[in-house]
Amino acid sequence: MDRPHASRPAPGSPNPAARPAARPIARRTLLVASAGAAGAAGALGLAACSPGPAGTPGDAAPGASGTPRRGGRLRALFAGGGANETLDPHLVNLFADAARAKALYEKLADSGSDLAAVPRLAAEWEPNAGLDTWTVRLREAVFHDGRPVTAADVLYSYRRIADPKRAFRARASLEPVDLAASRAIDARTVEFRLKRPYAEFPNVLAAFGAYIVPEGTEDFQHPVGSGPFSFVSFRPGTSLLVRRFDGYWDGAPHLDELEILAAAEESARANALLAGQAEYAHELTPATARAHERGGRIGIVRLRNSAMQGFVMKTDRPPFDDVRVRQAFFLIADRQELVDGALSGAGEIGNDLFGKGAQYYPAGLPQRAQDLDRARALLREAGAEGLKVTLDTSPVAAGFVEAAGILKDQAAKAGVTVEVKVGSKDTYWKDILDGGVFASYRSGALPVESHISQRLLSGSTTNATHWRRPDFDDLYTQAQSTADPAARAALYERMQRRLYDEGGFLIWGFADWIVGTAQRLRGVSAEAPANTLDWARFDKVWLA
Amino acid sequence: MTTPLRGWARRRLLLGAGQIAAVPVLVFVLTEALPGDAAVTIAGDDPDPARIAAIRAALRLDRPAVERFADWAGELVHGELGRSLVSGRPVADYLADGLAPTVLLASVTLVLLVPVAVGLGMLAARREGGPLDRAISTATLGVYAVPEFALGVLLTAVFAIRLGWLPPTAVGGVREQPAVLVLPVVVLLARPVCSVARLVRAGLIEAMAAPYAVHALRCGVPPARVRWTHALPNALAPAAQQLARTADWLLCGVIVAEALFVIPGLGTVLLDAVAARDVPVVQGLAVLFGVVTVVLNLAADLVARRLAPRTEVVV
Repeated sequence: MDRPHASRPAPGSPNPAARPAARPIARRTLLVASAGAAGAAGALGLAACSPGPAGTPGDAAPGASGTPRRGGRLRALFAGGGANETLDPHLVNLFADAARAKALYEKLADSGSDLAAVPRLAAEWEPNAGLDTWTVRLREAVFHDGRPVTAADVLYSYRRIADPKRAFRARASLEPVDLAASRAIDARTVEFRLKRPYAEFPNVLAAFGAYIVPEGTEDFQHPVGSGPFSFVSFRPGTSLLVRRFDGYWDGAPHLDELEILAAAEESARANALLAGQAEYAHELTPATARAHERGGRIGIVRLRNSAMQGFVMKTDRPPFDDVRVRQAFFLIADRQELVDGALSGAGEIGNDLFGKGAQYYPAGLPQRAQDLDRARALLREAGAEGLKVTLDTSPVAAGFVEAAGILKDQAAKAGVTVEVKVGSKDTYWKDILDGGVFASYRSGALPVESHISQRLLSGSTTNATHWRRPDFDDLYTQAQSTADPAARAALYERMQRRLYDEGGFLIWGFADWIVGTAQRLRGVSAEAPANTLDWARFDKVWLA
Repeated sequence: MTTPLRGWARRRLLLGAGQIAAVPVLVFVLTEALPGDAAVTIAGDDPDPARIAAIRAALRLDRPAVERFADWAGELVHGELGRSLVSGRPVADYLADGLAPTVLLASVTLVLLVPVAVGLGMLAARREGGPLDRAISTATLGVYAVPEFALGVLLTAVFAIRLGWLPPTAVGGVREQPAVLVLPVVVLLARPVCSVARLVRAGLIEAMAAPYAVHALRCGVPPARVRWTHALPNALAPAAQQLARTADWLLCGVIVAEALFVIPGLGTVLLDAVAARDVPVVQGLAVLFGVVTVVLNLAADLVARRLAPRTEVVV
């Protein structure tokens, strides 16, 4: 059974897939920003209409229109998860889950707009010389019931996430931490012992779903967190109502109340916003954005670099076990045509590397362009003339099937026959992890280091390109033992150059995430990719 | 006359009970045949095989299918519908939460459907081939050809967004703003009104031309009386059965209307449960839908027999 609107590539489908990719990490080596800095980096105003320039890391949008006004209820619409929704923040999966979790709870750190970790409940962190023991000092924060946030709460939360019986999503991110050996030094200091040196450990503190809950919490019927809003009521699949928490360490929200509502269909979200039934609608289509961008009824905010779009080639299976075939495919793709056709132009072209706009992204590498003659020559050299390949895709994410069709036509021009096979969207991600040779792929924003550790090491759990190169693993290990940021950046560049030359990810674009806002809603950040700190950050917005 | 009817009703009830029992078995087999299970859908775009295995173990999905079904059936016998695989909440809660909006939507639709459809059908049949008949027939055929979601999108664009007369979605709650029901009910009514009206029209024309009606007219019985007390019941017998089928169909139409207008009813619960491979919830819904369908059809057959006893109802 499919959604009634299966014909429309379901940007609103509550399918867990495709949505936020796991979010671990970020860097920021030894130190530790102060509390104030984190707050200031927060979303400043931006009346919706002007799509900001592509994200300058860390910047907030230029504040339009003035002083925040206190009061009011904001109704925010997301594609929800239906009646199965829960407020257990360790079970987050969808954008709607993440928005709810960040209203009620908080992590030790979160990802800034360049995906580098920004301190939140942690005030600062510091590693030992070997980078395998990290001391994290908590700031003075309190839960909604008045209890202080302590080291014991942190250790309880992390141990709950890491429980092997639970299979929480963030468990993989916490894997480097030896939680049995980690301890509370005092009420507000935690010492994390790691299993190996890990220079990017702060990324773990910002991992998707690594929220801090009060020690002993198992029941989330009446959730108590330390986030900017406290719980009022919850109807799974319909709405969550929360109210301003005056004791929030980063300053109480401007809003009196926030209601996070669910609407699976994009048209319903757009209509509700247009008719004044909501003030914020997450995940609109490019067509809706174009129709209303200049209409003046609603504002459109484009969150750049929110979703990497590409194809994965299995580097250990014919024909893609031959590097020349992979290189030929890099040259077959006309990236602008893919962005225009599959994303309706709402995005930027990619350069076969993950994390445009993120820290460590090698922006200096030359932009690849279509070169069919060179592609043909490479295929000839590889003895792969008249090649036939099956491309797995699925309506699991907006633009997948369209992009596959476009690539098929582009490949035909180089003499390659691509057969597009459309699979089930409910099981797609598992199907392509080890099945087939060539598949559509996408990922939410994530630090470059996390992308590498989760997908490109011999032991990675979701290595969809089957990229297993011991020397590449060594570079990664070396980077994690390197305290000097510049030296580490050089190692990341070497790894990425290798992927650029011969990897299995054909990354053709980065999609904007499109948010619609009511004209009176102010302070929505236009710079934060989906899932970063300033995304869906409702404590900093206000209703004019 | 009553005894054969009672025997017939008993046979129908037994058959219905068998059908209701068969539904969950069929649904279980079908969901087992779907690719992937709840563990895979929970893992989503983070399909680490070890994680999927752990989820599967936590959900006790690693046991044989027969054993899982037996557990569920055992609970059902004790009146329990089991718990959601994904959230652990009782399936009965899911049904209870989704029932009110769906029943409200379906009952408002059915209540309006009968007078509107029968009225239109009678109006058209009054003068077969006349301008009114042709207008009604053309309109009903035309509207019938429009799929619900297309009609819904069109009506929303015109009446909610452009004119601003009605709310476009039920976001914020149905009880707080009953006007949100107008568009979904119109969408749900559109096609069944057309099909039932056409059946009533055809049945009435046929009945008025039947020998007994012609004879009654010849004997001087007033035409209105022939139409209302003799022909109409005969014309309504097939319409009653069509109405029962419409009630079944409403369950599907409701899925579209709920999604379009964001009404958190049973259709939404079903879609989500299937996508999540949440088998106990799907089975709970199947039992509920099975019971409703069988009861409605039984009632329709009974009504049809009362209206036109000579029409043999196929058991």
